[in-house]
Amino acid sequence: MMRLLAAIGATVLAALAAIGRIAIFTAQALSHLFRPPYYPREFAVALLQIGYFSLPVVGLTAIFTGGALALQIYAGGARFSAEAVVPQIVAIGMVRELGPVLVGLMIAARVTSSIAAEIATMKVTEQIDALVTLSTHPMKYLTLPRILAATLAVPVLVGVGDIIGIMGGYLVGTERLGFNAAAYLTNTVDFLEARDIISSLVKGAAFGFIAALMGCYFGMNSSRGAMGVGRATKSSVVAAAVLILAANFILTEAFFTL
Amino acid sequence: MIELSNVTRSFGSNHVLRGINLTVEKGQSLVVIGGSGSGKSVLIKTILGLVEIDSGTITVDGVDVSRAPRDAFLARFGMLFQGGALFDSLPVWQNVAFRLLRGSLKRPRDEAREIAIEKLRRVGLGPEVADRYPAELSGGMQKRVSLARAIAAEPEIIFFDEPTTGLDPIMSGVINDLIREIVTEMGATAITITHDMSSVRAIADTIAMLYAGKIRWHGPVAQMDTSGDPYLDQFIHGRAEGPIPAIR
Ligand SMILES: Nc1ncnc2c1ncn2[C@@H]1O[C@H](COP(=O)(O)OP(=O)(O)OP(=O)(O)O)[C@@H](O)[C@H]1O
Ligand SMILES: [Mg+2]
Repeated sequence: MMRLLAAIGATVLAALAAIGRIAIFTAQALSHLFRPPYYPREFAVALLQIGYFSLPVVGLTAIFTGGALALQIYAGGARFSAEAVVPQIVAIGMVRELGPVLVGLMIAARVTSSIAAEIATMKVTEQIDALVTLSTHPMKYLTLPRILAATLAVPVLVGVGDIIGIMGGYLVGTERLGFNAAAYLTNTVDFLEARDIISSLVKGAAFGFIAALMGCYFGMNSSRGAMGVGRATKSSVVAAAVLILAANFILTEAFFTL
Repeated sequence: MIELSNVTRSFGSNHVLRGINLTVEKGQSLVVIGGSGSGKSVLIKTILGLVEIDSGTITVDGVDVSRAPRDAFLARFGMLFQGGALFDSLPVWQNVAFRLLRGSLKRPRDEAREIAIEKLRRVGLGPEVADRYPAELSGGMQKRVSLARAIAAEPEIIFFDEPTTGLDPIMSGVINDLIREIVTEMGATAITITHDMSSVRAIADTIAMLYAGKIRWHGPVAQMDTSGDPYLDQFIHGRAEGPIPAIR
């Protein structure tokens, strides 16, 4: 019994300590926003890597999800003769929840892992130490550009994902389920509110921030050797995914229940 | 002038530095020798603040390094890492010119590139390697690129961690001459770690031998052969028999 309590206590303490370390890391990273020098080139590269090169995977994820969503809503709606709500529910489902969450998770898979692996490798091969000896602060040079780029690029990706997801629903709706094309679009546009779209983009920014932050944090704190790189990558993706889902719940609560 | 007094550092139960006292005069070339794993790399990293010390003090020109303004302090240093530590995402010339492309020493891109190519030439590499990536070079070439990077901004104090390891004898000679030249012509202060006794004689003004976490012997290179210290003698002659055990 005592041993069980001790184990629970130790786990809780470790978790709290980790949260504290991540909070300190975040504060340190953000403090460099206000302290030059800045590295615009690094920022541009990060923007390209995180934003532009994620477009294909975001598009593919969204179009299939939007299509499947339309099929399910149609099938479910048919049970109480509400098939007509497909455009509205697809729009709301994509924009409010599925768009941001799926893009967030894809970014965690694609961006968080690559940031963590890259920075961890730099750490174990002494490249981070070399940066320091070349008068370059690793937080300014590596962390801040990536966090900033992700926070700005992921909302755009979410916006694109929302639109492509709705397109997926539209294609299925008009080609397979017999909806009128013009009516489908009007229903979608009329039904969405500004709040839906704002929440979608805010979620995107939050998820981008979390994804890049976790990659940087676990990369910077990786232990030595190839195993350290592997562990940092795995932990960063798990942490990013869990935090994104938790943040999604909190943001949904904040936007739609008040 | 670099001064270490009673510097200690442990990793868990591994007491690597157990009270280091060492002085390097300005413009002097010190070579640190010592067995593999004796803490030579850790020693020079403590001076740069890359490895924190447990106790003791390190001063550069009388200023405690833990209190010196970090940027101005680091701007005076160059360091060649034992493993090279090249940025593998950047081409060779951008590695060499890293400092010249950003921060307080920033120059126009063309000029930085020219300086990089000139530094590469000094370590025996032609301009054709400038646009390659570090992963496309051999180990010895990477080491030389890293050396070029360390000297590119003409720092006052330079640390070389095994600059000639992995190089052929001719290239080792070139690098030894280069290090000597940097010290005599540019008046730089250098600390070099090496296992190669011919490098020691070519580069050193003074020699410090690290053993069991302390400076076992410290003196001018001319006295190295007549020190009468059995540890130093065993080391410089590479004998298996002697006071230093083979398994450490
Ligand atoms: N980051 C670290 N964590 C734990 N132990 C370390 C760390 N860095 C160095 N050590 C230990 O400190 C000791 C000295 O290491 P160091 O790299 O300074 O040796 P060295 O004298 O440079 O050896 P070599 O000639 O082989 O390069 C070794 O026992 C090493 O295991
Ligand atoms: Mg070493």
